[in-house]
Amino acid sequence: MRPTIGVLALQGDVPEHVRALESAGASVVRVRRARELDGVDGLVLPGGESTTMSRLLDVFELREPLLARLREGMPAYGSCAGMILLADRVLDGAAGQLGLGGIDMTVRRNAFGRQVDSFETALDVQGVAGGPVPATFIRAPWVEEVGEGVEVLATVGSGPATGRIVAVAQGPLMATSFHPEITGDDRVHAHFIRLVSKER
Amino acid sequence: MSTENSSAPVVGTSHVKRGMAEMLKGGVIMDVVTPEQAKIAEDAGAVAVMALERVPADIRAQGGVARMSDPDMIAGIIDAVSIPVMAKARIGHFVEAQVLEALGVDYIDESEVLTPADYTHHIDKWAFTTPFVCGATNLGEALRRITEGAAMIRSKGEAGTGDVSNATTHMRTLRAEIARLTSMSHDELYVAAKELQAPYELVKEVAEAGRLPVVLFTAGGIATPADAAMMMQLGAEGVFVGSGIFKSGDPAARAAAIVKATTFYDDPAVLAQVSRGLGEAMVGINVDEVPVAHRLQDRGW
Repeated sequence: MRPTIGVLALQGDVPEHVRALESAGASVVRVRRARELDGVDGLVLPGGESTTMSRLLDVFELREPLLARLREGMPAYGSCAGMILLADRVLDGAAGQLGLGGIDMTVRRNAFGRQVDSFETALDVQGVAGGPVPATFIRAPWVEEVGEGVEVLATVGSGPATGRIVAVAQGPLMATSFHPEITGDDRVHAHFIRLVSKER
Repeated sequence: MSTENSSAPVVGTSHVKRGMAEMLKGGVIMDVVTPEQAKIAEDAGAVAVMALERVPADIRAQGGVARMSDPDMIAGIIDAVSIPVMAKARIGHFVEAQVLEALGVDYIDESEVLTPADYTHHIDKWAFTTPFVCGATNLGEALRRITEGAAMIRSKGEAGTGDVSNATTHMRTLRAEIARLTSMSHDELYVAAKELQAPYELVKEVAEAGRLPVVLFTAGGIATPADAAMMMQLGAEGVFVGSGIFKSGDPAARAAAIVKATTFYDDPAVLAQVSRGLGEAMVGINVDEVPVAHRLQDRGW
């Protein structure tokens, strides 16, 4: 049976993730309320503003139910702002900014610079077959350091940020600095769907 | 892990410029004139701030030529917050835009709220790495701005009035004109392109997709959570609030309420709850009472 994947829909590029997940074979629901988490096998945390999402998680009392599901082992994938939310430690966050955590990593917000420094490239992502994945980095974070249990899936291959970690996985959780959802290449989402199917 | 099979990074591509606007969707962008206001906006959950010297209501009240803001003020706001910072350049003033790009602003609004610098040409926005947002009152205007390189469109509404009626008109017009394109046959699209004064390829793209190829926000007169939610129900993908927040009685509370209303724009129970206890809305002026010569939406061609 097709897995049902939620997309956290408080703010951000929700429709792009919905499109990518559907075209990669999942049923998708948008999650804005705690009860909408009930039927999902996995959750995508979209790109957007992590400060805004983090605030709305509290305002709409979604943080605790979400943390409970993550503790039970619900798979989750975060792109950009979603990566920041899944990080155990965040550098250069806004005052009082609180994520969800889950991946033993330190993430630096806006690490590549401002919008004029945003860029696109293509990267090999471990576990994703078929050649380099188009990757768009928008005011993106990078992973400053990872704990022992974290698998590095991709690093920047050229340019000033060569070697920086930009895709990781730990158990049922994965995160990318970049936005595969806006490129029309759905292989990263297909990879997440496989992860979700394996965990079910 | 292999890194050898990757391509060199490229900045300023359409993906990067339009993608930045995708990340703002479902969010509220707030006009601010000081770093303190920017912090209030960020704390309230704004997805970005628009740095400007005077909010549109004051530009309207005080008159005179309205220009790009003082670079010191913009730099102060950039330092104060971690969210994206936008700033306005005058229509056609490509050097103001160059200055804003050099300052590191994340998005440039080529805005009718400022006094136009060129009554014939808009800025060639392809020439910049920084993306642009432009106002539009109808589909032809939106498509001309996209042709010039705009990576995001917003309705113009009538800024600085607190009167949402013109933003409503512009959102409905855009929606109706796009819907009309989707029902046209191939040969009719050639005529539509001529009437819209926009390139055929772009018109065809909109007709096939049933939407603009860039993100569409609303702006101009939004003053309450219900205003924001109505614009979202009319098809806006996010909201700019100008004078509506910092010209109101309790800016922090109103800002937070408009953020919540934008996320739950289709849930009247939430809208009713967030609309309570906000104090005075901005007083506002009816657009009908604004002399035609002073209407900002007619700027831009």
